Amino acid sequence: MIEVKNLCKSFDGLEVLKDISTVFEDGKTNLIIGQSGSGKTVLIKNLVGLFEPTSGQILYDGRDFVALSKEEKILMRREMGMIFQSAALFDSMTVLENVMFPLDMFAPMTLRERTKRAMYCLDRVNLVGAEEKYPGEISGGMQKRVAIARAIALNPKYLFCDEPNSGLDPKTSLVIDELLHSITQEFNMTTIINTHDMNSVTTIGENIIFIYEGHKEWQGVSADIMGSTNKRLTDFIFASELLKEMREVVNASSTARQAAPSGQ
Amino acid sequence: MINLLHKSLTSFGKFLILMGRTFKRPERLRMFAKEYIKEMAQLGVNSIGIVLLISFFIGAVICIQMKLNIQSPWMPRWVSGYTTREIMLLEFSSSIMCLILAGKVGSNIASEIGTMRVTQQIDALDIMGVNSANFLILPKITAMLTIMPILVVFSSAMGIIGAYGTAYLGHIIVPDDLTLGLQHSFQPWFVWMSIIKSLFFAFIISAVPSFFGYTVEGGSVNVGKASTDAVVCSSVLILFSDVFLTQLLS
Repeated sequence: MIEVKNLCKSFDGLEVLKDISTVFEDGKTNLIIGQSGSGKTVLIKNLVGLFEPTSGQILYDGRDFVALSKEEKILMRREMGMIFQSAALFDSMTVLENVMFPLDMFAPMTLRERTKRAMYCLDRVNLVGAEEKYPGEISGGMQKRVAIARAIALNPKYLFCDEPNSGLDPKTSLVIDELLHSITQEFNMTTIINTHDMNSVTTIGENIIFIYEGHKEWQGVSADIMGSTNKRLTDFIFASELLKEMREVVNASSTARQAAPSGQ
Repeated sequence: MINLLHKSLTSFGKFLILMGRTFKRPERLRMFAKEYIKEMAQLGVNSIGIVLLISFFIGAVICIQMKLNIQSPWMPRWVSGYTTREIMLLEFSSSIMCLILAGKVGSNIASEIGTMRVTQQIDALDIMGVNSANFLILPKITAMLTIMPILVVFSSAMGIIGAYGTAYLGHIIVPDDLTLGLQHSFQPWFVWMSIIKSLFFAFIISAVPSFFGYTVEGGSVNVGKASTDAVVCSSVLILFSDVFLTQLLS
């Protein structure tokens, strides 16, 4: 479980995160949603320690990450996996070498065991057969799947994903979402996904946090989100014309149903 | 002026902090050895061709220039060979060759690490709990420190071969006169001096561009700028330190 308490972050006096407090639970797919520039990426970078919070606490199963020493933070990070928006695969390594990298660095295993584990992770993301390819030779969706395989290689307790669906077509996005959701449940990880993909919100969002201009505007589950009366949230969700039209159609049909005589 | 001084001191402080993170015991020696060998091949072995080519022609040109412009009936016959050897050994093979390598190797290092920075590969290393500075920079510095003395020896030898080329192929100088000059008042310390200087330059060539690449912010334009700045900065540092080292070691 990750607990965030009164987290603030400023850059040169500009307050980007304002007093954010929330809880990300174990074994759940937690989503952080919000417009571009709302502070989602800054929040996730604070959580993994790429940015130092201006004030506040981040508790990983009770351990205050902000108060840890540099060495302790490095050790703590070995319990984390992260998938970046750009996949961030190592260009000079093959797909297999990328997945094996964390194992090579930290796992006390023989070469055979490391290879077996890496192949298992690649199998888990349906990428067996691509192990000898370089990141530049595979598609964006495949790169994201390699990044997922690399992130889960060491069986992390916490998985962070910064816009894993960006640049992917809707079908591939669904595949990535499903994969992240099933991996979260399978390994009982605390997964935090930073997204503005509404498909992800409705399909895998078990705990959703809506960030608006640096503060937590709304928190709930995907079932509640559509019926929310929070104007900023509904403006964000129904920003696209298609969703607006769909909403009008649904509202019109429900009004018609209510207006119809009950005896008919 | 004060701003420039402040900026320079800040950068120097950041450089020292980065070097502090770099010079730590590698987390996995096996991975370090793998990277070290890779860097030796990429930065050192791949530079041998250009070093030999330039050294051959510079050796030949120095010999021709000395013969045509310095040699006179009032001077001993060995002067051209002697000056060619001294220039190659004392300045060209260590300092000038390192300036050339600052361009080739320096831009390579800065752009490689800079690209890793802007594509979040360094962030990925940090999140995994890897000391990214140690993992990326230490193998480059140690590889350059290892390969540089070899390049210096190769360069000096090739320069002398170039000088013989002018004697045997161009008939500019009598080979025996050249041999006499090359052997005249030879001091083995000069070879060591050249190697010691090159070790300092090897550190500059690998550490300074690594710093510029590691601290780059923004996108590809900034990577290009960091690469250019790295070459300029390391070249200037080589020239400055050459003056001090020559004074110190002579």
